[in-house]
Amino acid sequence: MMSKLRTDLALLTEWIEPHSHVLDLGCGEGTLLVHLRENSHITGYGLEIDDDNITQCIRAGVNVIQTDLDKGLSDFEADAFDYVVMTQTLQAIRRPDKLLQEILRIGREVIVTLPNFGHWRARLSLALGRMPYSRALPHHWYDTPNIHLCTLDDFEQLCDLLNIEILQRAVADPDHQTSGIMRLLPNLMGEIALYRLKNSVK
Amino acid sequence: MPEKIADDSVGLVTPQRQRFTEALHLDCGRDLPEYEIIYETYGQLNAQASNAILICHALSGDHHAAGYHSMDERKPGWWENCIGPGKAIDTHRFFVVSLNNLGGCKGSTGPNTINPETNKPYGPDFPIVTVRDWVESQARLAKTLGIEQWAAVIGGSLGGMQALQWSLQYPDKVRHAVVIAAAPKLSAQNIAFNEVARQAILSDPDFHAGHYYEHQVVPRRGLILARMLGHITYLSDDAMRAKFGRELREGTLNFGFDEAEFQVESYLHYQGRSFVDRFDGNTYLLMTKALDYFDPASLHEHDLARALAHVTAKFLVISFTSDWRFSSARSREIVQALLHDRKTVSYMEVNANQGHDAFLLNIPQYINGFKAYMEHVAAEVNNDV
Repeated sequence: MMSKLRTDLALLTEWIEPHSHVLDLGCGEGTLLVHLRENSHITGYGLEIDDDNITQCIRAGVNVIQTDLDKGLSDFEADAFDYVVMTQTLQAIRRPDKLLQEILRIGREVIVTLPNFGHWRARLSLALGRMPYSRALPHHWYDTPNIHLCTLDDFEQLCDLLNIEILQRAVADPDHQTSGIMRLLPNLMGEIALYRLKNSVK
Repeated sequence: MPEKIADDSVGLVTPQRQRFTEALHLDCGRDLPEYEIIYETYGQLNAQASNAILICHALSGDHHAAGYHSMDERKPGWWENCIGPGKAIDTHRFFVVSLNNLGGCKGSTGPNTINPETNKPYGPDFPIVTVRDWVESQARLAKTLGIEQWAAVIGGSLGGMQALQWSLQYPDKVRHAVVIAAAPKLSAQNIAFNEVARQAILSDPDFHAGHYYEHQVVPRRGLILARMLGHITYLSDDAMRAKFGRELREGTLNFGFDEAEFQVESYLHYQGRSFVDRFDGNTYLLMTKALDYFDPASLHEHDLARALAHVTAKFLVISFTSDWRFSSARSREIVQALLHDRKTVSYMEVNANQGHDAFLLNIPQYINGFKAYMEHVAAEVNNDV
């Protein structure tokens, strides 16, 4: 499991305090939760919609709640979790702004990862007249689940608008390697971004 | 009748009986001085007695959950889809106990059994029993079988309510609770349907205030109506449309009331008629009351999370999207209460168009998730020395 763990998940593990209570939105087969349970002794739940993923989670002993994220999270109480994690899911949601506010209600901190539509290769592709297609954006325009792609600047502007404080940010390539140039020009050079957020008015 | 019993069936089974002579104090305030429970078991209890599963039945269910009583039996037990070697509740790995609840009509003490005080059937004098009373009687049965803790208590519908009740009534005797197509309490609409069913039975001229046994009759029409009504609530609109549509039995309208004209009418008549031969009117009344009264949160200022605060069992909660009798929202109330106290719970909302009946059917998504969960339970209890 460890060797297969995606590097962004490893990075997340560093950001999450041991023994926390964690909600993983769009938890897939429960990989992150299993990793956090074994390494950081966290408790928590995964939310997932796909039947086969649910079965995999159950098989792995992960608490999974079948949920359609587009229907909101009203089943959860305010500050119910230390962390709400959402990896590569926000851009596939009908109303990312509403969901962001919703997860900041139920989590003391929120960790979000998303692909950066402002990466130079995406910009170049558009400049040449075609929709971007890359390892970070591995779908065609017609079959992509990503209906709300944004650049890092877009995302940070939304955070500002919604009174969301950015506690930490990391940018990486699809192998989750980072570099000085990425840190210097994140919106141009970063392909994937990880954010740790909290509600600044809470 | 089965020509040959399938390999993944528990095969031929023989019900057993256990007599209890210590009085059972009931919620209604009365005591049941002595009683008998009929039950079946499938599989083997392991040396640590850690692999026992309790199956709780729904309104019209009984102890015969799997296998066949004889080679002449036309149909297997009611949950043959889920209980058997290699099935979700794998009888190679679990010792499965399935009983007929008190007040039932299939062999456990109930309205149609003899009251030792009068030497006549209890009839309407049989006390009203609650889900809590059932759990109490089931706990006594567990004791006689040498089971200290259930690996899992599992049930659908009213059976799911018993699993939930077990987890809060005997927290240390339940490792896992599997609550399928259930609700934490009935809605006004649920109670309304139950009341119409009860009135159908109570107003049948053959009911004789519940003493119909002495008149050698049964409240046939009432019971048929109650069952027909029940069946409408077990199916979804979609399932009915798919199954019957507006199809006519004879292909033409008869302009009369004598016969069932539409296939759906014929289906309901058949379900009603076949029910009369296998079920008791007084039991139907009791079972619907047990459903109506179930409301564990009512003892905790209607806060289900508080009612479940001391629960230690791990939960699997399952609902079906087209179930309108106990909708997914009702199952989510249970899940929400468990989440509140950070209990261990998984929840599956199965996309199925068969309505409430879905919990008895072989729906891959449901069975796969259920089976995965039970494999986890099996691994847990077999490592547990």
